Amino acid sequence: MIDTEALSCQELVELITDYLEGALDERDLRAFEGHLADCDGCTEYLEQMRTTIRLVGTLTPNDLTQAAETTLLQAFRDWNRSSS
Amino acid sequence: MTLPDDELVAALRAGDEEAFASVVREWHAGLLRVARIFTPTRAVAEEVVQETWLRVLGALDRFEGRSSLKTWVFRILVNTAKTRAQRESRSVPFSALHDPARVPEAAVDADRFLADDHPHHPGGWESPPRELPEDRLIASETRDVIERAIEALPATQRAVISLRDVEGWSSDEVRNALDLSEVNQRVLLHRARARVRQALEDYLAPANA
Repeated sequence: MIDTEALSCQELVELITDYLEGALDERDLRAFEGHLADCDGCTEYLEQMRTTIRLVGTLTPNDLTQAAETTLLQAFRDWNRSSS
Repeated sequence: MTLPDDELVAALRAGDEEAFASVVREWHAGLLRVARIFTPTRAVAEEVVQETWLRVLGALDRFEGRSSLKTWVFRILVNTAKTRAQRESRSVPFSALHDPARVPEAAVDADRFLADDHPHHPGGWESPPRELPEDRLIASETRDVIERAIEALPATQRAVISLRDVEGWSSDEVRNALDLSEVNQRVLLHRARARVRQALEDYLAPANA
């Protein structure tokens, strides 16, 4: 529970992920958005968190190496032969 | 694309190699990320993933479908990784996985805010973030900064941000794979993103420059 008047910048930055995850209740959401409406610092901070998420999303997922896949498929064949 | 669970299990039991190859490929990145929580290097994590699949095959006939196959495979992975870590007598802070709130950690350094008793703006920005230069965001050096920042995170934070934001998993998938509460998943994600943002800011628009 957060008092609109009392929601400081320092408190707001800790609520960003809850906000982006849709986990704030209605009252906190109002306080959050009310604060953002006239705070350039927090608006920029939120923007940078969004940018961070976007950029992290451009990193390449770890792909399976060909060698590992070959080993596993061989193991699967062996397993299949021994269990059937 | 993965088949529905019951069809997938049936296909695997029937020895369908294509079905096996497709789940191995599809879940590989996630398995590797989670294995990295418990292992010192990527190479060891790769071995843990291999060993996990061998264990999965060994136990597949006993899979009863009480959880999803994916969740079950990830549980086996976590057990395999823990066993491996114990064998190498490496102490892993398992408790940290379940109670991140025990170690309070601010998203932004407290020095950047005005004091709580400031007459006009208690807890307000003293040193607000400056705009990031758009043209440098997409540079490959910037990506390196992000990769290094993720690599430097505590293991569980690294796993959560990797699964959510790199691999694109839902919060429920991450919670199930890591056996985390909804709140803890969010706390770990928040801290991880905050640290990566800080690394970006330090690199692109340092507050005190």
